[in-house]
Amino acid sequence: MHAYANPTRFLAIAKPLTPWLLGVGLLLVLGGAWAGLAMVPGDYKQGETARILYVHVPSAWLGMGGWTSLAIAGLIQLVWRHPLSGIAARAIAVPGMLFTALCLATGSIWGRPTWGTWWEWDGRMTSMLVLLFLYAGFIALTSGDDGQRQGGSLSRGAAVYALVGAINIPIINRSVVWWNSLHQGPSITLRGSSIDGALLWPLGLTVFGFSLLFGAIVLMRMRRIIADNRVAARLRRLADDEEI
Amino acid sequence: MKAKHQRLILALVALCGIGGAGVLAASALRDEAAYFRTPVEIQGGKTAVDEPMRLGGMVVKGSIKRQADGLTIRFVATDGKASVPVEYKGIVPDLFGEESGMVADGRMRADGIFVADRILAKHDERYMPPQMGDMPKNMKAPATT
Repeated sequence: MHAYANPTRFLAIAKPLTPWLLGVGLLLVLGGAWAGLAMVPGDYKQGETARILYVHVPSAWLGMGGWTSLAIAGLIQLVWRHPLSGIAARAIAVPGMLFTALCLATGSIWGRPTWGTWWEWDGRMTSMLVLLFLYAGFIALTSGDDGQRQGGSLSRGAAVYALVGAINIPIINRSVVWWNSLHQGPSITLRGSSIDGALLWPLGLTVFGFSLLFGAIVLMRMRRIIADNRVAARLRRLADDEEI
Repeated sequence: MKAKHQRLILALVALCGIGGAGVLAASALRDEAAYFRTPVEIQGGKTAVDEPMRLGGMVVKGSIKRQADGLTIRFVATDGKASVPVEYKGIVPDLFGEESGMVADGRMRADGIFVADRILAKHDERYMPPQMGDMPKNMKAPATT
């Protein structure tokens, strides 16, 4: 693991990997969206509105998966002090927040025709909104800090914040089981899926495709942060040289 | 012990502490964070007449009756253990129907009928193509010819 924590080694892998993740991810998302919109039938009860799940479910998955990876990066930062983990956490925060917002927006658009309301303060919706605010807090905490001088690593406060925020992830996941809620229970569990196979397969494509896109965005953002840090370091050296 | 092992143990202990606190808070919130009450909770007493609340349950098959004024509907909501009659005046969401879930905002009237100001349809976790859905139960043929 130490070997990959070296930014140069990381770049040697990340650079060729990015276009592959981006290309395959785009193909899968477009294919899954086409299949979900045009090939599979609508739901027996909801009709066409059910098709929003092909965007809503991957968004929820990436919003929550994003914070889980961000918290793991925070833990690695705290314990092993690898600067690359701090760079990863910074890179994850913005796409993670974006997908969380997309999940809330698509859910709201679906809720209006299905439930008859845009928004209700039930457990699932409230905890997902809290996740959006957690991302906003993390972005505020890590932008404009002294990260560039420290090679992108997180401050201890930001790393602890990432870990504490992770508590919300199991709460989002269990919210529809612990508390009776307006949002339906989980469709896909370890025991199987209550989404019929005829409607399920495009969801597999979009979940996998959006995940690859998420990975590509994170790698691109990490490379940008590393490049920024190198520029900043070089400028500092130049400035130091001139003073002498 | 190396410093990073110390940090790892510290972080894991702190994580367990936070996790425990989270679980405790969530279980303490079990009743408070519920979005609605079920008929068995309402029938178990403790619900004052005219106290605003939310009732959630399945609409009993064959129970939706439109009243003479053409606007008011009455139906029975159940959770399988108890049931509560509901009265509502207004337009219901498209997905509201018999044998499916609903949530009603309103209050208990002295005569034991729950008077709803607003009704939301609750969707369940099943998704399937139309030909597999239980057509006679859940769908009526469109009235257009």
